[in-house]
Amino acid sequence: MAKIYFTEDHEWLSVEGGIATVGITDYAQEQLGDLVFVELPEVGKKLSKGDTAVVVESVKAASDVYAPVDGEITDANGALSSDPSLVNSAATGDGWLWKMKLADEGQLAGLMDEAAYKAHIG
Amino acid sequence: MTGDDTKHLPLEDLHTAAGARFGAFAGWSMPLTYPAGVMKEHQHTREHAGLFDISHMKMFEVSGPGATALLNRACPLDAGALEISQSKLSFFLNDEAGILDDLIVTRLGNDRFMVVANAGNAVADEKHLRALAADFDVKVDALDRVFLAIQGPEAWAALSRAGIETGSLLFMHGIEPRKNWFMSRSGYTGEDGFEIGLPEVDARALVAKLIEDERVLWIGLAARDSLRLEAGLCLHGQDITPEFDPASAALMWAIPKEVRATGSFIGADALRAILERGPAQKRVGLKPEGRQPVRAGAALFDADGNAAGHVTSGGFGPSAGHPVAMGYASTPLAKPGTKLFADVRGTKIPVEINTLPFTPHRYRKG
Repeated sequence: MAKIYFTEDHEWLSVEGGIATVGITDYAQEQLGDLVFVELPEVGKKLSKGDTAVVVESVKAASDVYAPVDGEITDANGALSSDPSLVNSAATGDGWLWKMKLADEGQLAGLMDEAAYKAHIG
Repeated sequence: MTGDDTKHLPLEDLHTAAGARFGAFAGWSMPLTYPAGVMKEHQHTREHAGLFDISHMKMFEVSGPGATALLNRACPLDAGALEISQSKLSFFLNDEAGILDDLIVTRLGNDRFMVVANAGNAVADEKHLRALAADFDVKVDALDRVFLAIQGPEAWAALSRAGIETGSLLFMHGIEPRKNWFMSRSGYTGEDGFEIGLPEVDARALVAKLIEDERVLWIGLAARDSLRLEAGLCLHGQDITPEFDPASAALMWAIPKEVRATGSFIGADALRAILERGPAQKRVGLKPEGRQPVRAGAALFDADGNAAGHVTSGGFGPSAGHPVAMGYASTPLAKPGTKLFADVRGTKIPVEINTLPFTPHRYRKG
């Protein structure tokens, strides 16, 4: 059973077997507006917490999505290349951004659960 | 908020009620998007009618026996050659012919003109105009108005339903249909449309009628930007600045030939010198290859990696269906079809110089 975590930067992580699937929250996609392009990371790329993993571009602006924890990219959501609006329509489902192998599962302890995230966005 | 200098639109409560998301622009808190979102707002404007609150822009009435002479000094314009109700795009230039602001000047009467200026430059424009006015027999009034734009192929029909007939008014003409109203057939989207300055109480009544019409939707600043960019229209502060002159900005069409040759406007000598030697770079449309937007600030390079210019506006064109951008390219490269590269976060994105506009203008010219 996957466990869900949230970050202050409005990302969600679904963790199962040491692999995190990462996306942005519904709140974040609403703030960004209609997305027109997602710059996906290369599989195999090693990221430290806080590194830019993905750039999401709306009609108006480009925004960085940061790696919430340390790890190595194992997959990127290729469907977003042809349909970036999946992030708007299904931010927490088909609009996931990347998967990463966690370097240190201990870092998850610093993240929020859903109740804490809901309180965070008010 | 106390201690906050942000200016608020007189109709802010209506935007809040319509579900607007606000953001800062040129010192104002402006509606960026409404619940429909930028894509739908953009397309709705091209297909039906979009209502924009542009009260952040400033209207100046210039009147008196010296009005024509003042405008001929302040702008590269032959104000006396304008017919009554005719509007013209013009500029305030500095002594180096740099563009301080772009403006729409409309002749209201023999000695009376309306000047519409950009929000970000309104304070500087007023100071500039008043300083120049000291040498002329003229009065400059900064008008306190709500300013609305209604744009799109059904704008005229929606206005008609709201009791405002626009039939004989043609593109780039402006009239005063009611007391303290100014209405011009113009806009910033490339579509047929109107801009109406009017007192707040009248504006509330007009908006109430317009917004109950299903053809009309509030449109935010985000779609205003994508609409104007597709239409190839400049945003002052980005595509035109005091660093650029009208020749480099490919806006010489706004300056009549006689004015170029003999006008005594501020910046005339500098502009003539620039025309004589030819501008080093020119404003161009840029079409990025693929789906990735290329945005303001991106550097341009030629195929050999030499600096070739920069991007001044860029984003996605919802009607064009691809990314669109505008920028400056060195003159020898500034030809449609030339292939350049834009640096986006270290990646070189191929871009092609494209004629402007990206989306054909649909003005009602006659």
